[in-house]
Amino acid sequence: MAKSQVSMTVNGKPADGLAEPRTLLIHFLREQLNLTGPHIGCDTSHCGACTVDLDGKSVKSCTMFAVQANGADIRTIEGMAAPDGTLHVLQEAFREMHGLQCGFCTPGMIVRAYRLLEENKNPSEEEIRFGISGNLCRCTGYQNIVKAIQYAAAKINGVPFEEAAE
Amino acid sequence: MIPGSFAYHRPTSVREAIGLLVDLGEEARPLAGGHSLIPMMKLRLAAPEHLVDLAGIPDLKGIRDDGSDVVIGAMTTQHEIVGSDLLVAKIPLLREASLLVADPQVRYVGTLGGNLANGDPGNDMPAVMMCLGASYQVVGDSGERSIHARDFYRGTYLTALKPGEILANVRIPVPAAGHGFAYEKLKRKIGDYATAAAAVVLTMNGGTVAGCSIGLTNVASTPLWAEEAARIVAGSTLDAATVKQAVAAAEAITSPAADARGPAHYRTKMAGVMLTRALVTAKARAR
Repeated sequence: MAKSQVSMTVNGKPADGLAEPRTLLIHFLREQLNLTGPHIGCDTSHCGACTVDLDGKSVKSCTMFAVQANGADIRTIEGMAAPDGTLHVLQEAFREMHGLQCGFCTPGMIVRAYRLLEENKNPSEEEIRFGISGNLCRCTGYQNIVKAIQYAAAKINGVPFEEAAE
Repeated sequence: MIPGSFAYHRPTSVREAIGLLVDLGEEARPLAGGHSLIPMMKLRLAAPEHLVDLAGIPDLKGIRDDGSDVVIGAMTTQHEIVGSDLLVAKIPLLREASLLVADPQVRYVGTLGGNLANGDPGNDMPAVMMCLGASYQVVGDSGERSIHARDFYRGTYLTALKPGEILANVRIPVPAAGHGFAYEKLKRKIGDYATAAAAVVLTMNGGTVAGCSIGLTNVASTPLWAEEAARIVAGSTLDAATVKQAVAAAEAITSPAADARGPAHYRTKMAGVMLTRALVTAKARAR
């Protein structure tokens, strides 16, 4: 099937490429735009490793065609840090709280957590767990992922981070 | 996993979409949120030659207050349902059920219309719509027609939709003020389809049930409207004996498949357990 021009804004910059209709957004990002931060995990819309932020929504990019995202404004893990390399507060939080072990789920976790905190600046632990329920960590490191998101929320809200007693 | 080749069409009006579906014939499929269809295409269990993406049609979007009804456009996402103040105020059952559909990412993209029109008995919204007495506005080449949710489902992936027709919107009568409601879903994990689920809407008059409607998810080849069970409940105080009798009537109409969620007998019993819980919750919420 003929390729068509696909144009989107990715991490604040215009991005164009040719894609067949059947090209999935994750393949377009990774193979055309060389953005290999979003990962292909399960490839069946369960694990969330491919999560990107698209027009203000957390989206599994393995379950969307690139042509559907034509014209969209997309943010991937590559777009989280500031241009000078300063980490986004969520990236800093994942580092400080040991929110990653093997790191495979981390790009999806952070991009998802970003949208969660945009929508709810001060989520409870339960809201965090429900909010990231579309992202799987096969190291099962959820405790520290939740802590990292709590740390980031505290920092965004300008309050000291207090670890819950275990 | 890479789907088979297809041509992509993005109409901007319902009329244009219908024209495409009619012209392209049975090799064309409408695309809503795609979170059922695209996984099927990746597994090559579906290989349409044409996809008609409905995302560019403004008329299919939105939640509208229409007096005694609420009208929801077919391309409204689950996320939009969850966030709708109008629905929380008028038909809170929808938010409760929607939050149990798949996971957050899927709810941002997955649509009400896709959930309803796909005909998958595992989908949650069909039984909810049967419970609420909703009707589906369907548009095709020869015009528009309305199909009651309770008449829409014919079998697994089989619905009353004819080739070339699309679901445009859903009209839901607003339940009486003070009604009780619940959607109870047993699932193995977030993102899973129901082992069994039950939707209940009821109104109380003093201590007795004035009216009741019950829908069941994923315990037959179609969603089920448990008419007899609801009739048994009506007029009662929801005493234990009545609930038991209603549960037996609901279980009697189930015919689930045995699958990874459990043997058929277990799933029937879980439908009964979900119904019991939903009745108790709905009663407690009724004013």
